[in-house]
Amino acid sequence: MITLQTEFFGKKLKSPIMLASGVLDMTKESLERACGNGCGAVATKSLSLEARKGHEGPNIVETECGLLNAMGYPNPGIEDGLKEFQGWKRDEALIISIVGKDADEFAKLAETIEGTGNLGASAVEAVLSCPHTPGYGMMAGQGTPESVAEITKAIKGKTKLPLIIKLSPAVPGEVAAAKAAEEAGADAINMGNSLGPGMRIDIHRKKPVLGFGIGGLSGPAIKPIAVRCIYDIYKEVKLPIIGTGGVNSGVDAVEMMMAGASWVGVGTAVYYRGPTVFGSLVREIEAWMKLNNYSSLKEIVGGAHE
Amino acid sequence: MNRFEILNRIYTNPVKKVVEENYRVKSIEIDHEMEALPGQFLMVWMPGEGERPMSIGNNKPLTISVADVGKVSSRICALKEGDPISYRGPFGRPFDFPRKGKKILVIGGGYGIVPLYFLAKTAKENGLEAYGIVGGRTGKDIIFEKQLFAVCKEAFITTDDGSRGKKGTVMAEAEELIENRGFGCVYACGPEKMMKAVAEMCKKHGVPCEVSLERYMKCGVGVCGSCAINGKLTCLEGPVFSGEDALKMTEFGSKCRDASGKAVNV
Repeated sequence: MITLQTEFFGKKLKSPIMLASGVLDMTKESLERACGNGCGAVATKSLSLEARKGHEGPNIVETECGLLNAMGYPNPGIEDGLKEFQGWKRDEALIISIVGKDADEFAKLAETIEGTGNLGASAVEAVLSCPHTPGYGMMAGQGTPESVAEITKAIKGKTKLPLIIKLSPAVPGEVAAAKAAEEAGADAINMGNSLGPGMRIDIHRKKPVLGFGIGGLSGPAIKPIAVRCIYDIYKEVKLPIIGTGGVNSGVDAVEMMMAGASWVGVGTAVYYRGPTVFGSLVREIEAWMKLNNYSSLKEIVGGAHE
Repeated sequence: MNRFEILNRIYTNPVKKVVEENYRVKSIEIDHEMEALPGQFLMVWMPGEGERPMSIGNNKPLTISVADVGKVSSRICALKEGDPISYRGPFGRPFDFPRKGKKILVIGGGYGIVPLYFLAKTAKENGLEAYGIVGGRTGKDIIFEKQLFAVCKEAFITTDDGSRGKKGTVMAEAEELIENRGFGCVYACGPEKMMKAVAEMCKKHGVPCEVSLERYMKCGVGVCGSCAINGKLTCLEGPVFSGEDALKMTEFGSKCRDASGKAVNV
């Protein structure tokens, strides 16, 4: 009997596949649909204190081996955002993704989450790793161990929900950042985010294509980097890891879990394989496990370290 | 071309002709014959300004009709013959021809008539018989009248103030036609409350129907989720939906999302 069941902060998830924040997640019904399609957990659009329209378009452009995007955190703000997502009752886990300019903003966001009744969320995810939004993530230096520790403590001081820290695969010293999160009281690491920033120039118009000029690279191109980061963090940090970056097939997910990920974030695969990709990944993982005589994910997670 | 090549390829071609349709709508003919279907859209990129989805009003030559309503659209409207225009596409699910019957009805409100003219023209080329209704607030809002009359067996005009055609909404002409003419399919594009009224009337009379929805789009290729309507993606699974599917969406005719994702009234 093969099972893809996995524990996630008190919930039994049917699969380790998680909808990565920023993808198909502006509305509660979109999240419910992703759950129906095979996700074990889903993350909301990253919510900021105030509403944000995001960057001017083009917001996304394909490259030879992945997507470049610069959305710029469009979201209705924490209060309207939580109203949209609250009342979550499904078996799949809801993760509230948040972005702030500094530890104070993160603390306020966490306080608002804590003060919202009937939310039904299983965890909060603080994104410290966006490569293309001024004032946030990489562009605000949030990936350093000092900053990670400060933000982690600020959030943990305001909410009882488990905290996931989402890091960038582009930070030299991502292991140190993950360690800082662990020591400051985080409950899990999400490794990682889109990589970069990168740029594509239209040679006819002689201009960068993205409205913001630069954007984060995602998709197959970044998978080897994400796998390496997860592998290194798994060796040094005891926190469970969500592995995110370029997973496009069931065997990609298996590879990420062998590197050390307990769960696998999926985003750009939606572009390559459509909005029902999550179920396809689940079936591919199952088929691979069957073929190779695995019965549970426990036998796979961290397998590359044995 | 598969959809990956479509997203990857940014066309830049010269504007062939600019036609002033009315006080705020201009048609931009592009020097490009594109394999696009009625109902599909382009993402038009104005470097330094932004990118907007624009429904396709003709494929040969590729034509868009743009209402001067915002920062990017006003820049598109300012284009002159010979200027370069950049765009990607075609994106989205097109209109389907009827499964049964050869008669179709297109109902356009305001500049919603743009993709429907393209549909009626394509239908005629494929041996179908098109009927049309175009409605507007006043006579000045009626566009594509000549083009529509040229490809339709019969066509009608309605205006809210009665300054052109029958006084009232498009429904003033639509009900009798939908009930009695045995259309294989009815197509609507325009204000969402109008499309909802058409979809409900078609449902009442057992006539198949398709509507073309408009939602705020960011990526245009089914990734970001900004254009979600009840969990469905307008950019990828729409913009054309069957009336039956649309009527199941609680947000159809009532709610849409602004750029930040906040729910607002349509």
